[in-house]
Amino acid sequence: MRDTFENGPKIDRSLGELSLCDLSLTVNGTARTVRVYPMQRLLDVLRNELGLTGTKEGCGEGECGSCAVLMNGELVNSCLIPALQAANSDLVTIEGFAGNPQFTALQSAFLECGGAQCGICTPGMILASQHLLTKNPEPTLDDIREALSGNLCRCTGYMQIFEAVARAAQLRSIV
Amino acid sequence: MRSDPAEYELIAPGKLPSILSLLAQQPGQWLPIAGGTDVMVQFAAGKLAARRLVSIWNLPELRGIEIASDEIRIGAGCTYTNLREHEIIAREFQLLARAARWTGGIANQNRGTLGGNIVNASPAADSLPALLAYEAELILVSVRGERRVPYVGFHTDYKRMNLQPDELIRTICLRRNLSGYFHFARKVGARNAQAISKLCVAAVGRIEIGRVAGGRTANVVGDVRIALGSVAPTPLRLTEVERMVQGQSITPELLQSASRAAMASIQPIDDIRSTAKYRSAVAGNLVVEFLDQLCTSGTQRE
Repeated sequence: MRDTFENGPKIDRSLGELSLCDLSLTVNGTARTVRVYPMQRLLDVLRNELGLTGTKEGCGEGECGSCAVLMNGELVNSCLIPALQAANSDLVTIEGFAGNPQFTALQSAFLECGGAQCGICTPGMILASQHLLTKNPEPTLDDIREALSGNLCRCTGYMQIFEAVARAAQLRSIV
Repeated sequence: MRSDPAEYELIAPGKLPSILSLLAQQPGQWLPIAGGTDVMVQFAAGKLAARRLVSIWNLPELRGIEIASDEIRIGAGCTYTNLREHEIIAREFQLLARAARWTGGIANQNRGTLGGNIVNASPAADSLPALLAYEAELILVSVRGERRVPYVGFHTDYKRMNLQPDELIRTICLRRNLSGYFHFARKVGARNAQAISKLCVAAVGRIEIGRVAGGRTANVVGDVRIALGSVAPTPLRLTEVERMVQGQSITPELLQSASRAAMASIQPIDDIRSTAKYRSAVAGNLVVEFLDQLCTSGTQRE
């Protein structure tokens, strides 16, 4: 379990503005510190302060999964996380995961099966798939559907994505 | 209109006693935020009235699931993922595990908490009918100490509850006295995930040997608890239906009467998800389905 905030960000009132704070966290393996409002959405911190635009905004209310990232290994919707609650956390975005050997099978499978069209849902889908395959390396179709139930796609009709995840599981089991 | 984060304060003292002191010294000034899956949606919609928030996410005192021989005690800060992955909850309190699996999607389940579900107090909240069916008790905590209250009656009206401005829910207690009970739940919604229910039911019951007309013994309904969500300003136990069926053999006539009694007990409304008429009809059908399956479960055990 992560530390709580005894040694958390100091709230700086000297600027006369309400509570900007220095937030420290690990992003894609690198320690970062950003100066943000505690209630800034983690999604905005990633895209604006950190320039990591692979994480997308689709709905802003935790329903579509395009903003999904891995926080301390858990799949979460970054649009619903206030920056302060991400202090001292270990974040992986699609940019970070793309460098991971486990990404290769998912990338091949998505290309092979036509799992991406416009690509907006894809970062969230990939991370949700990774989250599933880490917990369950041999998922059934129902397992895949459930694991990706929080990720919406307007292009593919989903079947190609589910097939891609099943294919990736197959590819990873061969290695 | 999106909310401007510059207009909000959020602090994270990190220790329960500090947070309770804050709530006691400035009651009603600080909104507790745990996983944020409800609060941040209001924030996104520009509808969060509170401007000062205090994080109760991941407080050690609110996490953890304690197992005693007669009850389990679930920290209010436990997430839906914690609930669905816990062996004893999955085995003995299936309705709560199912409610957790049926809430949102995986990403929401990793952040939403049981305490948050209770305090957010949506009449459609997924876990609340299960808490009613299991006759849960809540431990509330403040600087003044702890008090333990039955969950039934905790919610008094739409989004109103017996929680003092300086109190937090610390623990949800479930008695392990359901051996031999049949558990039943349905969530009726637009899809299998990421759906707020049009209607939901959680029910438990036992079949017993009883005496019926003519002095025969037969399978009759023993203890039964039936709870519905999304049919009233708060989740509801159908005490009239329970009284009607207890001690009775399950017959087609009883099912019909139970269905009518269920429809008479609820106050469904028309809203963006469904209509009063649909909810009413489905409520009757779900009660019948439960009693019918309860009957079958009793027969199978012979």
